[in-house]
Amino acid sequence: MASTVTELTGRAAIDPGIDDVIANSAQNRQNEPPRDQTMIINMGPQHPSTHGVLRLVIEVDGETIVGLAPDIGYLHTGIEKTCEAKFYQQVVPLTDRIDYLCPMTNNLAYCLAVEKLLGLEIPERAQYLRVLFNELTRIQSHLVWLGTHAMDIGALTVFLYCFREREQLLRIFEAVSGQRMMTSYVRVGGLSLEPPRDLYATIRTFLKEFPAHIDEYEGLLQTNPIWMNRLKGVGYLSPEDAIALGVTGPPLRASGVDFDVRRDMPYSGYEKFQFNVPTSTIGDVWARYIVRMQEFRESVKICLQALDGLPEGRITADAPKIILPNREEMKTQMESLIHHFKIVTEGFGVPAGEVCSSVEAPHGMMNYYVVSDGTAKPYRVHMRNPGFATLQALETMCKGRLLADVVAVIGSIDIVLGEIDR
Amino acid sequence: MYEPSSALKGKQAVFEAHPENAAVKALADLATDAKYDRAELTITVARENIVAACRAIQQAGYVFFEDATAVDWYPSEPRFQVTYHILSFAMKQRVRLVVRLDSESASLDSITDVWPSANFYEREIFDLFGIHFGGHPNLTRIMMPADWKGHPLRKDYPVEGYR
Repeated sequence: MASTVTELTGRAAIDPGIDDVIANSAQNRQNEPPRDQTMIINMGPQHPSTHGVLRLVIEVDGETIVGLAPDIGYLHTGIEKTCEAKFYQQVVPLTDRIDYLCPMTNNLAYCLAVEKLLGLEIPERAQYLRVLFNELTRIQSHLVWLGTHAMDIGALTVFLYCFREREQLLRIFEAVSGQRMMTSYVRVGGLSLEPPRDLYATIRTFLKEFPAHIDEYEGLLQTNPIWMNRLKGVGYLSPEDAIALGVTGPPLRASGVDFDVRRDMPYSGYEKFQFNVPTSTIGDVWARYIVRMQEFRESVKICLQALDGLPEGRITADAPKIILPNREEMKTQMESLIHHFKIVTEGFGVPAGEVCSSVEAPHGMMNYYVVSDGTAKPYRVHMRNPGFATLQALETMCKGRLLADVVAVIGSIDIVLGEIDR
Repeated sequence: MYEPSSALKGKQAVFEAHPENAAVKALADLATDAKYDRAELTITVARENIVAACRAIQQAGYVFFEDATAVDWYPSEPRFQVTYHILSFAMKQRVRLVVRLDSESASLDSITDVWPSANFYEREIFDLFGIHFGGHPNLTRIMMPADWKGHPLRKDYPVEGYR
């Protein structure tokens, strides 16, 4: 029967990754070196520069890579299965934990899907705040990328500088949601809380100072000969390969494909904002670094526009049977108490159907596919996370290069294993 | 709020309402059913036509394969629904292709020849749903350990407790 797993024998029974590598490298290599000249190297899952629990099985001829196979699943927690057992509103905290560097983006992608199923209209104030915190999340995620990428290459100072600014952002997230990382701030129908009034001044101060910090990072890296030698010409990905292998986000734009979900398929009011989409046609690790550095500046621009244009009004849609009432209403009004009790104990029904929402996460395009059967629990939730697809391009980017370049390439695709293994 | 009556169901209704849509034009012969709901186009094709359908919409401009996944409608038949999301950069729209499979014959052709990026997604469906993809270059488990028994995302697999 096709549905049972094939029994593995021989070498593959000990280590299933090895046969994948041999099959792959035999297919793709032009001048195949004799089998006794190559060596298989295991990298990870406990390797500091694989950014988590990524395991790579690498076949090398001398120091040249002739084959590479990622082995994933070490962080698989079955989040998609867990979602099917929770009410719609209980899934929001689970989405934080998928990509722990951009919790707000995950919350937003999931909430957009459920709101599409319900047909909810979101007030403009909530949309602006969603955009504001999404862009702050993008800056925060890119700061972790820059710090760890530079650390992998050997520039340790950048890491400390990046985490200094990230700390300010995490404090902003804590002020707004009560949590530094697992925010669960975006909820179905709006936002969980109105931000504290003095927070806008804090965000403005951060945005005012941040461009100088970007200059500081560039001063450390941009003209550094070691940084340039390790990045330029490494990990080339052609636009055709990028599309064929499912690469999205900054790596796709660094390969010369001009596509950004925020601009091309706007969600949450992004069509009202003016920003550029940085692209490059070089397609190597250096181009991905340049594209992300420019995205820092574009995100600052969007944040400032969101703060300037922030309208007054509600932060939740007018749907008392779906959105929890605030505490004061709940304790003073009978109707609100009933709604609160019903939502907490029974959840809310969602009309049957299937939708796909997509957002531009810091790592690429993130889609949530939600299927409803009309009950209060999602029938199926599937996440398309950018890292999962981008990982397939790793072999194309590394093949024919030196073993030391693998670390630079992994850093450049900004990998988060939580979103890949789910 | 969402109005269920706003959804268009059935091949004829959808194809008459959206004659200019590139996916509708490309799949006029291959589609067996269609749905236009919440501004999203879903086209159902027969299992033997999935590779031909993918090639047809790739020609029509839907160049980017986004993801593939499955839905288990246990205990009703056909039990499995395999869903593909395909995006067009130029037209800025996506189309959802759906194939329905009986539990007796949970297998279909791999589309890795059309889009190599489907490789991991088909392995994931194989691992978590037990649907077999013919012609896949390396159909092994990707999330669960290689010696795992069962397919966790099937509806008859419990969320907690003993299997």
